[in-house]
Amino acid sequence: MIEVKNIEKSFGDSKVLKGVSTIFETGKTNLIIGQSGSGKTVLLKSLLGIHTPDSGTISFDGRIYSELTPDEKRELRTEIGMVFQGSALFDSMTVSENVAFPLRMFTHNSKSEIQDRVDFVLKRVNLVDAHHKLPSEISGGMQKRVAIARAIVNNPKYLFCDEPNSGLDPNSAILIDNLIEEITQEYNITTVINTHDMNSVMEIGEKIIFLKNGLKAWEGTREEIFRTDNEAIVEFVYSSNLFKKVREAYLKE
Amino acid sequence: MLIRYLSQIGKYFLMWKEIFNKPTKWSVMKGLIFKEIDDLIIGSLGIAAFISFFVGGVVAIQTALNLTSPLIPKYLIGYATRQSIILEFAPTFISIIMAGKMGSFITSSIGTMRVTEQIDALEVMGVNSLNYLVFPKIIALLLYPFLIGISMFLGIFGGFCASVYGGFGSSANFIDGLQQDFIPFHITYAFIKTFIFAILLATIPSFHGYYMKGGALEVGKASTVAFVWTSVTIILLNYILTQLLLT
Repeated sequence: MIEVKNIEKSFGDSKVLKGVSTIFETGKTNLIIGQSGSGKTVLLKSLLGIHTPDSGTISFDGRIYSELTPDEKRELRTEIGMVFQGSALFDSMTVSENVAFPLRMFTHNSKSEIQDRVDFVLKRVNLVDAHHKLPSEISGGMQKRVAIARAIVNNPKYLFCDEPNSGLDPNSAILIDNLIEEITQEYNITTVINTHDMNSVMEIGEKIIFLKNGLKAWEGTREEIFRTDNEAIVEFVYSSNLFKKVREAYLKE
Repeated sequence: MLIRYLSQIGKYFLMWKEIFNKPTKWSVMKGLIFKEIDDLIIGSLGIAAFISFFVGGVVAIQTALNLTSPLIPKYLIGYATRQSIILEFAPTFISIIMAGKMGSFITSSIGTMRVTEQIDALEVMGVNSLNYLVFPKIIALLLYPFLIGISMFLGIFGGFCASVYGGFGSSANFIDGLQQDFIPFHITYAFIKTFIFAILLATIPSFHGYYMKGGALEVGKASTVAFVWTSVTIILLNYILTQLLLT
């Protein structure tokens, strides 16, 4: 469980986060949604320790990040898996080497143990024939799956995904969403996904946090999102006619 | 403007502290160092050899063409070639050329990693990205004096070939000139400079790549800025070191 308490973050005169508090639950896919510039990327990067909040606390299963020593912070980071928007695979390494990277860096496993684990996670993300290919030789959807494999290879407790299905075709996007949801439940990970893809919200949003202008404007589940009267979330989610119709159909049922 | 420059200089020295903080596992670092030696040193041998040989030849020809008085001995061609190549051409001007070749490679490769979030990925995993990316380059460039040694040899050899086969003097004259008034400390001076320039070549382009912000266009701009600052720093330190060591 990750608990965020009243975090604020400014860049120069611009206050991006204005006191956000929430809990990201273990074993669930927690989604942060909001328009561009709402502060969701800054919130995610604050959770990852890339940005330091001006005030407020972030605690990982009771460990308050700002109170940890540098060594404890590094230790905590080895418990984190991250899927970046652009996959962030290392260009000079093959798929297999990318996935093996966290194991080579942080474990004392033998080469054969590392290879077995790499084979296992690549099989888990349905990538069995790409071991020796470079990231530039595989499709965007495959790169995302490699990024997921790299993120989970070290058995993380926390998985963060920044726009995991952006730039993917609808089929690949659904595959990625479902894969993340399955992995979250299978390994009981605290998963936090930053997205503005409404399909993801409806498919895998077990807990949804809606940010607007740096504030938490709404929080709930995907079922609650259909019933809410909160103006901000209704305006954001149901700006598309398709989702308006989906909502109407859901409410009729 | 001045404050910005000072803050950049301060940030550069803080980067040094971070490079040596929390080292990467040796088994991984070993591979990175060999890769950097291959990319930076072995990969630069060809161009350094080519430039050195022909510039050495040009130095010899220029010297020969200026020896119009019969009172000036012919061995001066070898002497002038040796002095020019060992004191300045090989350590300083090859370093400026390498600021363009190695420097732009270092800045653009690290800058691209920054733009594509690969550095963020390293940091999120708990890897000290500065140590992982810059330390192997510093160690690889400890072999830079080897490159400059080859450049010195080929520069003088180029001068010898141009002088002898161009008909400007005999090989005995040239070799005599090479041995004339030889001061061994000049070699030490050249390698002290080379060592310091190597450190600059590894770290200034890395600094500009690591701390760049923006996209692909900014990677190009960062490479240019890195080349300018590396060259300026080499020229300034060359002056200071010459003043300190040779006067």
